[in-house]
Amino acid sequence: MINIRERYLDTSTTKEMELLRFTTAGSVDDGKSTLIGRLLYDSKSIFEDQIEAVKKSSERKGLTHVDLSLLTDGLRSEREQGITIDVAYRYFATPKRKFIIADTPGHIQYTRNMVTGASTANLALVLVDARHGVIEQTCRHSFIASLLKIPHVIVCINKMDLVDFSEEAYNKVVEEYEAFASKLDITDIRYIPISALNGDNVVNRSENMDWYKGASLLDTLETIHISSDQNHIDARFPVQTVIRPHQDEYHDYRAYAGRVAGGIFRKGDKVTVLPSGLTSKIKSITTFDGDIEEAFSPMSVSINLDDDIDVSRGDMIVKTNNEPEVGQDLNVLLCWMAARPPRPGAKYYLKSTTNEVMAIIKEVTYKININTMEKLDEDTSIKMNDMAMVKMRTTRPLVYDEYRKNRITGSLILIDDTTNETVAAGTIHS
Amino acid sequence: MSKYYLTHLQELESEAIYVIREVVAQFDRPAILFSGGKDSIVVTHLARKAFYPARIPMPLIHIDTGHNFIETMEFRDNLVDELGIQLIVGSVQTAIDKGRAVEEEGINASRNELQIVSLLDAIEENKIDAAIGGARRDEEKARAKERFFSHRDDFGQWDPKNQRPELWNMFNGHKRMGEHFRVFPISNWTEMDVWNYILQENIPIPSLYFAHEREAVYRDGTWLPNSEFLVLREGEKIEKKRMRFRTLGDITITGGIESDADTLEKIVEEISATRSTERGNRSDDKRSDTSMEDRKKQGYF
Repeated sequence: MINIRERYLDTSTTKEMELLRFTTAGSVDDGKSTLIGRLLYDSKSIFEDQIEAVKKSSERKGLTHVDLSLLTDGLRSEREQGITIDVAYRYFATPKRKFIIADTPGHIQYTRNMVTGASTANLALVLVDARHGVIEQTCRHSFIASLLKIPHVIVCINKMDLVDFSEEAYNKVVEEYEAFASKLDITDIRYIPISALNGDNVVNRSENMDWYKGASLLDTLETIHISSDQNHIDARFPVQTVIRPHQDEYHDYRAYAGRVAGGIFRKGDKVTVLPSGLTSKIKSITTFDGDIEEAFSPMSVSINLDDDIDVSRGDMIVKTNNEPEVGQDLNVLLCWMAARPPRPGAKYYLKSTTNEVMAIIKEVTYKININTMEKLDEDTSIKMNDMAMVKMRTTRPLVYDEYRKNRITGSLILIDDTTNETVAAGTIHS
Repeated sequence: MSKYYLTHLQELESEAIYVIREVVAQFDRPAILFSGGKDSIVVTHLARKAFYPARIPMPLIHIDTGHNFIETMEFRDNLVDELGIQLIVGSVQTAIDKGRAVEEEGINASRNELQIVSLLDAIEENKIDAAIGGARRDEEKARAKERFFSHRDDFGQWDPKNQRPELWNMFNGHKRMGEHFRVFPISNWTEMDVWNYILQENIPIPSLYFAHEREAVYRDGTWLPNSEFLVLREGEKIEKKRMRFRTLGDITITGGIESDADTLEKIVEEISATRSTERGNRSDDKRSDTSMEDRKKQGYF
């Protein structure tokens, strides 16, 4: 069998690659770490000294095979307990794409970690054990992917070797998942039968499953269409900081630095600054490498305006006639991440894009059972790892979009003003 | 494919610039930790891009172990002149002289761990509230879970079990008096990305990274450069080698590899075919399986 170590040996220098961020979730023994270990190993992202260390550890543990899952166990306490306790980031590349994996644990603090991993992902890998089918945890992971608006989901039906590579076993799991997924808001769902342990359908098509006509996992990851996932319609530019060189040759120079959060800005565009509502035109779009004609998400640039108007950090520059919402009353789906529940009537820092205001949770509309997607409106007390729809009020107007329209301008975090901890993540629904 | 997409290097660059701008916007006294190695050189280059045409609005901090490569020091001084920004030097020798740190003894003695004291002193003396570093998550296991904005308590320590979650692109820089942050804008870059970026941007780097003739001794699977600090073990001998360094640190712990790569293109080619991690040549990481995690908890880079 050719593995991609040989196939791609000389080509990781390719420069015209896209970046794909994906998240994985799984329980202790569904083979997630083994799958990631295999992707890293087969794509030559693991070096000889790392493999040697893992071989030695495997031998010490009395294993007969090299335990690839050891590659991804980060911290000492994890190695001691054999569990993953936090989101860990892994990297690998093929000539077509560079991949960033947000590897999240399946059970401990699952919601908090899943939400964190999902927030930046274009794609979610959901692992299902072919012997057990769709279980509570499968639903939970998929539901979070749906709530966080991850555009693509790949369902890996793993451990096919333990069900004799049976097509019936595979079809049964696919049917179960499809029945459940009809309740989700995910447009692109694909299914792949794999064996992470042996590498079937991970990099190469498996010879053990002739009946499967689709692409291998890696081929799918390399070719899935992601460039249209960005919102290129609604132009949004949250201002991070103001650039004012105190040098003679740049007297009166004033530019607004930020990262385009949506849409396309062009030189000459009429723009509105929110929340003030002041208008101007784009004089130039500047980068270190020279002025450019247009800027799109997610580019970091600086914008110069024709008029000397008041713009500062936290303001948003948008195209006139395509404006986001400005308001103080929000419906937000919160994921509570702190051990201490929200204090009644307490004010929190609310951070959204580059803006920070104070806000209170006025009312819990309902909680969501993360396993069944049921709305719970009787018990509305929020605890760690709960997801709840709440009504919030901010002290100053917030500029935002609905999360389903823009994942950057529609998201927020809450920060406790006494402990400084990030206590919640939220998506804005209206 | 639509023309409105970025290559992976453009996207990583944009992300890093965004993070560096967040630091300047959220903190009062940020600084860049500059080692003279390629990663901190890339971070400095990104900072220059982030605030163009203004100067980088923060100083560089260099922790001087006293065991430096001459080339690194010259490179540092030239860069600071060119950028027109302040350089703060934290000296390990001074910390030893003041009795704040104790020199290690023995055949493997190094000043690597002593840097922690000088680094924390430099941060405290200059009231730095955010120190930007060039660490990457792909370098080492303990770094795979590091945040972009990494909170340090008032003893400068890292608590890996109690890190703030980081969601979307929002970074929480809130802190109490005396606490500070370490910020890692190139967290998501790999060694390959760094080299490809240096090549793409044509960023100057110290000559030590390119193949050159040098006296060295083979120890623990790597070529340690000869220097006034090197103590030969029994049976070891100094040889002349054509070699280069993949990472740069203190001269006493940075091993090189035999190489003919004397251009950036050749280095990229060599790295892409290489079979061991770059830190494999660093004896500081070989002390134990968790040595990086232990040092990070105490306040290491």
